[in-house]
Amino acid sequence: MHEVSLCRQLAAAVTRATGGRPVETVHLRVGELRQVVPEALEYAWTFVVRGTPLDGSTLSLDHVPAVLSCDDCLLQTRLGPALGFSCPACGSARTHLSSGEEFVLTAVDVHDEDPADHARPAGDDAQRGLPDGALSPS
Amino acid sequence: MGRFHRHDDGTVHSHEHDEGAHEHTHDEHDHAHGDHDHVHEHDAHAADRDPAELAELIGDHSGYVTGRERIEILEDIYAENDRLAAANRAALDAAGVQAINLMSSPGSGKTTLLARTLAALQGSVRVGVVEGDIETPLDAERLSGLGAQISLLNTGNGFGGECHLDAPMVARALRGLDLQTLDLLLIENVGNLVCPAEFEVGEHRKAMVYSITEGEDKPLKYPVMFRSVGAVVVNKMDLAPYLDFDMDLFRANLAAVNPHATVIELSARTGDGVAAWLDWVAQPAGA
Repeated sequence: MHEVSLCRQLAAAVTRATGGRPVETVHLRVGELRQVVPEALEYAWTFVVRGTPLDGSTLSLDHVPAVLSCDDCLLQTRLGPALGFSCPACGSARTHLSSGEEFVLTAVDVHDEDPADHARPAGDDAQRGLPDGALSPS
Repeated sequence: MGRFHRHDDGTVHSHEHDEGAHEHTHDEHDHAHGDHDHVHEHDAHAADRDPAELAELIGDHSGYVTGRERIEILEDIYAENDRLAAANRAALDAAGVQAINLMSSPGSGKTTLLARTLAALQGSVRVGVVEGDIETPLDAERLSGLGAQISLLNTGNGFGGECHLDAPMVARALRGLDLQTLDLLLIENVGNLVCPAEFEVGEHRKAMVYSITEGEDKPLKYPVMFRSVGAVVVNKMDLAPYLDFDMDLFRANLAAVNPHATVIELSARTGDGVAAWLDWVAQPAGA
């Protein structure tokens, strides 16, 4: 539900890292327990970045499963839909999450300054159906 | 075709060859794996270059060839909030104030419990309240006259309001309080079982108010929230005779996601059981 504010934070981090260069794709690692709705995040991104150098960029989400580590028997298990946080093997309540709580900006794909001289390079974005020259939508 | 052209010059710098890159863009479209070829070409040049020069060359060259460059980053998007939360906590610590972040779904009785808490502590504990109400100052009005300093954060922004308090908002609210004259800060978060669990605000402990009208399955539906707290107040116990609420089932569901939480059954309306809550509030952090 806080996808808009996350996108604002994300846009600030991306801008710091890219210094205003045109951005194509923003790569994120998002843990299963982060309660982020991918569609809402991607939609929020489009209007949070509108009119900024990030306009037209897209998010690429790498989903990280929630993994529970038992402090007693050391077993690691994927957290099931029932979301019990006790160890399914030994029943211990002394567990911690070894993954699933990430919300990390991992990489940004930027392209050359002066996008007007370039058609958009092929790659991931082409598969998403973005038109060529979608770098500066009106 | 394009990529051979661009590999002719081993010492290229990206912007000198814009025309070439442009000219061959169509080729790139047809050959999605062009990037891999470049890497191999680099390897062919690698032998006679020192590592630093090579690294720079590869960076420049890939940017030049594809018109695209990947900037690797590793930045936790919550880090800024967490830094501010730590600053809030430091300010509270410096003033000797214990802070509790109180969360719940809307209508669980959080404000009623707060009012009862303020009334009980009036004269013995100096309490401040950060009120994260949406749109209206109604909650703050209910809490006035009970001897507490209240800092109201209207989280509404015209679209129904923020879904949670975060550290910058609480930092703003703290500026409206005289921390030096307080012992305890109660932060009433926005009524919502999802977002508030995600944001540290500088509190020392978290608690939530759950009411028995909400259904026994809530801990399993909102595990992140129920897992984040040190205490779960089970409110509206005065309604128990009229409901089919299964306390054992609720406690089992809660234990599945948070076996360590203190469970406090009470009625904020009648005051029954509130003493146990006040005991928990009075505990030092970490107890």
